[in-house]
Amino acid sequence: MATALDQLFVRLRSENRAALIGYMPAGFPTKELCIAAIQAMVDGGVDAIEIGYPYSDPVMDGPVIQAAAEQSLSQGTSAGDVFDILEATVKMGVPAVVMTYWNPIERFGVEKFALEITKRGGSGVITPDLTIEESADWNNFTRAHDVNRIYVVAPSTGDLRLPQVTKQCSGFVYAASLMGVTGTRTSVSGNARSLVERIRTTTDLPVSVGLGVSTKEQAHEVAQYADGVIVGSAFIRQIQEAPTSEEGIANVRALATSLAEGVRR
Amino acid sequence: MNSPVVASEILGHFGPYGGRFVPEALIAALDELAAAHLAAQHDPEFQHTLNELHRTYTGRPSIITEAKRFAEHAGGARIFLKREDLNHTGSHKINNVLGQALLTKRMGKKRIIAETGAGQHGVASATAAALMGLECVVYMGEEDTKRQSLNVARMKLLGAEVIPVTTGSKTLKDAINEAMRDWVTNVETTHYLLGTVAGPHPFPSMVRDFHRIIGVESRAQMLEMIGRLPDAVLACVGGGSNAIGIFHPFIDDVDVQLIGLEAGGRGVETGLHAATITGGTPGVLHGTRSYVLQDANGQTIESHSISAGLDYPGVGPEHAYLHDIGRATYRAITDDQAMNAFALMCKTEGIIPAIETAHALAGAIQVGNEMGKEAVLLINLSGRGDKDVQTAADYFGIPL
Repeated sequence: MATALDQLFVRLRSENRAALIGYMPAGFPTKELCIAAIQAMVDGGVDAIEIGYPYSDPVMDGPVIQAAAEQSLSQGTSAGDVFDILEATVKMGVPAVVMTYWNPIERFGVEKFALEITKRGGSGVITPDLTIEESADWNNFTRAHDVNRIYVVAPSTGDLRLPQVTKQCSGFVYAASLMGVTGTRTSVSGNARSLVERIRTTTDLPVSVGLGVSTKEQAHEVAQYADGVIVGSAFIRQIQEAPTSEEGIANVRALATSLAEGVRR
Repeated sequence: MNSPVVASEILGHFGPYGGRFVPEALIAALDELAAAHLAAQHDPEFQHTLNELHRTYTGRPSIITEAKRFAEHAGGARIFLKREDLNHTGSHKINNVLGQALLTKRMGKKRIIAETGAGQHGVASATAAALMGLECVVYMGEEDTKRQSLNVARMKLLGAEVIPVTTGSKTLKDAINEAMRDWVTNVETTHYLLGTVAGPHPFPSMVRDFHRIIGVESRAQMLEMIGRLPDAVLACVGGGSNAIGIFHPFIDDVDVQLIGLEAGGRGVETGLHAATITGGTPGVLHGTRSYVLQDANGQTIESHSISAGLDYPGVGPEHAYLHDIGRATYRAITDDQAMNAFALMCKTEGIIPAIETAHALAGAIQVGNEMGKEAVLLINLSGRGDKDVQTAADYFGIPL
């Protein structure tokens, strides 16, 4: 069965543009303001939302997302809160996925987590530290419950391994544009385009590019060769750097509007 | 190497534990490392180079000392100390570090990064980097840089850069997070010289292989000294590298009890401890599945211990497996029990042990009293206590 996320990419292919995918950690800066920030992203033109499950040891994240996760966890954000925010996002009319380190899924229960995603109307889960070698249970349960499995591939993923990873994906393939942690960069790595081209030789799935995208110009550049443009830290910074939460939310919306223009080719 | 325990280690798994839970960006480097380690193990030249380094630089084989006066407080059992504290740099850590530094050169990398808690692994890494002409960056929790300022100075004298980590609990766990972030970014030029038997495959098996020399030597030494194997082998367990090093060659000797002593902090029942197997649950941390101190949402719980080197909320996956199958047992030793054993070792044997090691000595007092006069205990005296003089002076109220 096609998820809302699958349907989004089919529609955008006919519109000949890339999807704008926005990331926000659940419970940042608070549960209510997180939902308001996601609404602002959607209002500004974000096509799909990644809700981050804040984790105590985020080894793949740079300082911006680390600080946001820490702030969220200090308020006691739980799995239940993550799913509540997922449900609220789906009600805004956009496809939503959860992005999480593996341990919270294992702790919650692997099948239970997949089931809960479906139950709350979510489309899938991005699992950046679940290697394909450890993914058998997850693959089985997500297939059984119609949950997209989004794995991340990196510029260092070899030619032999690349099809083994993309074969396990559904929804889209997440291409990490560079070797490094999350965070804004002044330019999008030149590795991104060649990685997307290599991925396309292994799968017909949409390919989205993340890590380091923060401006309309960068979004436009990536939209020329990818099916989705993922922006995370730049949205979070709007909230972290604004003097009040109202201004932060307004800035999130403004950034979304600008990026949404960028992904139109 | 045909025991059921060893045979279960397939592709970095120990039963349900171990494996790899890391970003895809690191897979190529982990594959390269696993291949380099495997090739080196079967390369006589590599083995010769490492053995010569151990003979002429580390000071191996390390001796065994019988602790007769200490034993009077441990039920009269005979107690033998494997003196890893006499190694160059003052602990067992050098065994692994020299091995991995040689592998780094073999892989053509010029920069190593390391995490450190007590500073012992950081000092050992800085030492190996100086010896082999490698650039060295050590990540250390800010809290630990204060507790172990002497070791920070030692690393700097040896030419390493020490980066204090200010995120999270500012201890070992956060230093590992920061080292992994560095590695993801610089993996093409950099080797992450992980200091314990945790982390993604191949680290748990590779680090163990470099520390097996402790057990291999002491097994032969015991046979030579008393004509038989010990009844029990004891070692402290944080990540678990010194323990697995001395345990592993005894795994097939089913009559030899293997006992790991975890840091019980202020008592496991208080929640303020680092006894991961005793008080934790299975989960994933830092790239491997093992026991973890975690809450209901899978968030890591901060650990507590008077000993910076044991202050870690995870443990090596092979220990988790040895625990589950019952081949090794693990108990928690409180801060106070450890410090009592620390003082006793100082005053009865003239040996100032590391506070980490004092947990194993406290275990020996318990086990010796349980097993009685006929028992023979082998303790891994994993490190010396020079670095802990400040902490011990504070604890015992000795003015400095």
